[in-house]
Amino acid sequence: MTTTVTSPAPSAPQDLKNPNRGLKTRTPGEGRMAAMLLSPTLLVLALVIVYPLISAIHQSLFSAESGLDADGFVTEGEAFVGLANYADLFVGESGRRFLNAFGNTTFFTVTTVLLETVLGLCLALAMNRAFRGRAFLRASILVPWAVPTAVSGLLWRWIFQSDGIANSLLGSEILWTAEGTASKLAVIIAEVWKTAPFIGLLVLAGMQIIPEEVYEAAKIDGAGWWRQLGSITLPLVKPTLLVAVLFRMLDALRMFDLPFVLIGPGKESVETLSMLAWDESNQLRYGSASAFAVVLFLYVAVVAVVFVKVLGADVTGAKKLGSKKRKATRSQKAEATR
Amino acid sequence: MTITELRSLATDGKRRARQQNADAPVPAKKKRTWRSYSVYAGLVLIFAYCLAPFYWMIVSSLRRTADIFDNTFLPAPFSLENYVKVFDGSTMFGQALLNSLIVAGTTTVFALVLGVFAAYAISRLEFRFKSVILGVIIATSMFPGISVVVPLLRFFTDLGWINTYQAMIIPNLSFAIPLAVWNLTTFMKQLPFDLEEAAMIDGCTKWQAFRKVLLPLAAPGVFTTAILTFIHSWNEFIIALSMINDPKIQTATVAISKFTGATEFQAPFGEQMAAGVIVTVPLVIMVLIFQRRIVEGLTAGAGK
Amino acid sequence: MRQRRRTWQTLLTTTAFVTAAAVSLTACGGSAQEPKAAANAAAAFEGKGPINYVSSRDASGAAQKSIDEWNAAHPDQKVTFIELPDSADQQRQQLIQNAQIKSDTFSVLNLDVVWNSEFAANKWVLPLPEDAIPTADMIPATVNAAKYRDTLYGAPYYTDGALFYYRTDLLRAAGVAAPPKTWDEMKAACEKVLALPEAKGMSCYAGQFDKNEGLTVNFSEAVASAGGSIVDAEGKPTVNTAEARQGLSQLVDGFKDGLFPSDAITYLEEQGRRAFQDGKVVFLRNWPFLYSSLSATDGSSSVAGKFNITSIPGTKGPGVSTLGGRNLAVSPFTQNKATALEFIRFFTSQEQAQKRLALSSRAPAYAALYEDPAVVAKRPFFPTLLESLTNAQPRPKVVQYGATTKAIQEEAYAALTGAKDTDTALKDMQAKLEEITAK
Repeated sequence: MTTTVTSPAPSAPQDLKNPNRGLKTRTPGEGRMAAMLLSPTLLVLALVIVYPLISAIHQSLFSAESGLDADGFVTEGEAFVGLANYADLFVGESGRRFLNAFGNTTFFTVTTVLLETVLGLCLALAMNRAFRGRAFLRASILVPWAVPTAVSGLLWRWIFQSDGIANSLLGSEILWTAEGTASKLAVIIAEVWKTAPFIGLLVLAGMQIIPEEVYEAAKIDGAGWWRQLGSITLPLVKPTLLVAVLFRMLDALRMFDLPFVLIGPGKESVETLSMLAWDESNQLRYGSASAFAVVLFLYVAVVAVVFVKVLGADVTGAKKLGSKKRKATRSQKAEATR
Repeated sequence: MTITELRSLATDGKRRARQQNADAPVPAKKKRTWRSYSVYAGLVLIFAYCLAPFYWMIVSSLRRTADIFDNTFLPAPFSLENYVKVFDGSTMFGQALLNSLIVAGTTTVFALVLGVFAAYAISRLEFRFKSVILGVIIATSMFPGISVVVPLLRFFTDLGWINTYQAMIIPNLSFAIPLAVWNLTTFMKQLPFDLEEAAMIDGCTKWQAFRKVLLPLAAPGVFTTAILTFIHSWNEFIIALSMINDPKIQTATVAISKFTGATEFQAPFGEQMAAGVIVTVPLVIMVLIFQRRIVEGLTAGAGK
Repeated sequence: MRQRRRTWQTLLTTTAFVTAAAVSLTACGGSAQEPKAAANAAAAFEGKGPINYVSSRDASGAAQKSIDEWNAAHPDQKVTFIELPDSADQQRQQLIQNAQIKSDTFSVLNLDVVWNSEFAANKWVLPLPEDAIPTADMIPATVNAAKYRDTLYGAPYYTDGALFYYRTDLLRAAGVAAPPKTWDEMKAACEKVLALPEAKGMSCYAGQFDKNEGLTVNFSEAVASAGGSIVDAEGKPTVNTAEARQGLSQLVDGFKDGLFPSDAITYLEEQGRRAFQDGKVVFLRNWPFLYSSLSATDGSSSVAGKFNITSIPGTKGPGVSTLGGRNLAVSPFTQNKATALEFIRFFTSQEQAQKRLALSSRAPAYAALYEDPAVVAKRPFFPTLLESLTNAQPRPKVVQYGATTKAIQEEAYAALTGAKDTDTALKDMQAKLEEITAK
């Protein structure tokens, strides 16, 4: 498998240094066209995100003076505190809560995304098989993703009640919604249920564009199911899978609704960074709430960059990849024959 | 895949039949049978995991308020009172469903159009700052949603956008577009450029090559992106709640949050579950229909 | 080449422009300073016209009926009902968001009693002229809960207090003549009842112990019933006291000694109702709302006709309930303040409160309505509730109620689950509350 498909796609900086890489050179018109095609997208995103982001950074540098005047009214006005809100995140009681939430967020992201990836792949493989009732399977796989998050949070809360169906089926008396390991497990089960279809559907779409002749050739060459999975399906769906996993990670790192509804706010076992930011702003401490949001943003950004760099989930690559892929599959076939 | 798998299933079936006839199966064949059984067992498990909680939702929605906590597998007595309550005139739930459809539909269309354009530019054109732009696009998916609400509320109030559809659609676009762009770019990049090149040599313009060759090939990706963004907007809650206070414009998720129990301490669980079922089922049916019509139609057309 | 550069310049300029616009907006929004109005001067209630009433839905339809009556009489000052989510957290969030952007959409606000101080101190609601509301006819505790620093900010809409539910059939079978008045009497009664064969597998008592507002309520009641308080009259925290320790210990020992069902740590109001209704506990602390569902004779309640109510037990005598309920207040950002005040007077009048009783089970603020025989016939629990409300204490009246209740829940929950011992939990709670009130 020493082909372009599995080796990480050339990274972006190389693109910049060597813009004429590829068979076709850049024509003057292309940049203009690209600008035309991209500007509506960038404009919409700027409209929605730039202002809140700047507003959050601005607010994170101020502290709302929460003192009361002689008549008991909250004194208005905000004091510039520089980076004090950020410094406060890491010390004392709030530092402990921050670290706990940071740990929970990371733990949930790693466990849920890992399980979702495995399950999502299984779902996609199942949906891609031909058998009677396939359409029904596809539709049923969509169901968990289609249930509104708030409603599914409530549903799982009821399932995991002390005398709910989960305990009655297991014959156990686990307190799923109290503090403790069980509550973490409950969140993971519900989250994986809800979002594995996301990965499953995206990967399925990736599988659908694999040319059938590739499999047929492999079949003729005597490659078994596992062999086909390992040397054709997985390498060819890898780009799609990586994008799916990347977006799931971004979402999981910002997880909020599910632990909030299922286990409840303020439970340390499942408190995530988003919940902490919500809690701070709920107590009208907007400065530190914004600092949490900005730190979370940076954390997500770092994870995304590392993910893209390390795993090569880089979509900027060469436009000639398609034709290289064909050569690649041809060489795979050759390999499979050996 | 499909044909080969069919073939393999068919041979599996034959082998199984042969096996039942001959009492002593050959070890190698036994292994293959075990595999196909395990595949079916796996399929059943997947079905169960996806549908069991949803089944519980349906069952709960068909219970009376008084026995909402029951753990029986069938609602007894069977009751439609929750569904009646959901559509009781005061909740305007029908209108809310329509609003959700408008918001999610518009979001999806815009996200796809913008996403396809952007993805085409990134996958097919050479220009500078490509990776920077991709980075900026995905960066908008990194900011915690709950921190966006208050600044946006202030912004949209200044624009006079409170109680308008665009106050929901535009924020929805901010999470739909990054997914659309990244996903479609991946797809287009994987599709061979040769075909378009050939079409252009045959006299097609760039646009025609894009429209007639690339787009049909990318159909599974476009369709999947459409489903995912549609459902994501369909389920969006906090922005819709904050920007809208007119029940004529509110979406279904907001309407559900306003259901109340008999008193403030009693959660309207049955109604919420009924509404969840009502919101989910049409979506799944719609996907079933679209799946056949669009994907299979487009890919078949591309093959010709 | 040049052309391309120009296109990119345009694109960058557009983005930069949007960014700059955003920055200037932030600057405006963030530091808007307002001339401070003289603190307590009764606000001028001027302006007549249509207003919005902001509240979660009233499932009984009683509130809408009052509004319809108002609208029929005031066609040019129509009141529109803006519905908020069912969840109290989300209601508060929407109210605060709209106050922060000074939106004039929300005119009359339906506020939980515990939000009163916060909204008053932040000037998100207007002080009301005292003579506008017939406070003399209302239960004093409800009026007190609507005041911040001796100024009335809300008109009591409905109220709520704790009731102690007990199983008459089991008490009779065990030979317990009267329902327990103190915690010790309750334990003694339980010992006898749980020895009965028909009480096999039952637990003694349940309240609301999940990490939630219900825990603050139960903890406050336990402390107040032991003679303590959470904050003193000046608002200084007083939870590191012998009384508070006794109150919390009762709850901690309840779990430790198996007096409470072990899953009571996950109980909100509904789960408690269910435990009592299914015959899992002998005694239950809860609000009046479950009286009617417990009495239901359609087969859904296994305790119909087998239970009664009294005041919650205390240490030496009957315990002290905390106060729930809602007030109506006027937003300072609404245009038509005169209409808003008039509407509040109309809506919270005794006449309207009495009319709403036909549909709604919510407890009115007017004491006289609890003694009306026609009302009591329909709601047998009213006299007991009035007694509970007369002695009721508000939850801590502090501006930073959100932080306060969170600190209480965290430490009390840690004590109940055994993560901390009672003394440490109270010491930490005291420290946290002192830090909050020092600000």
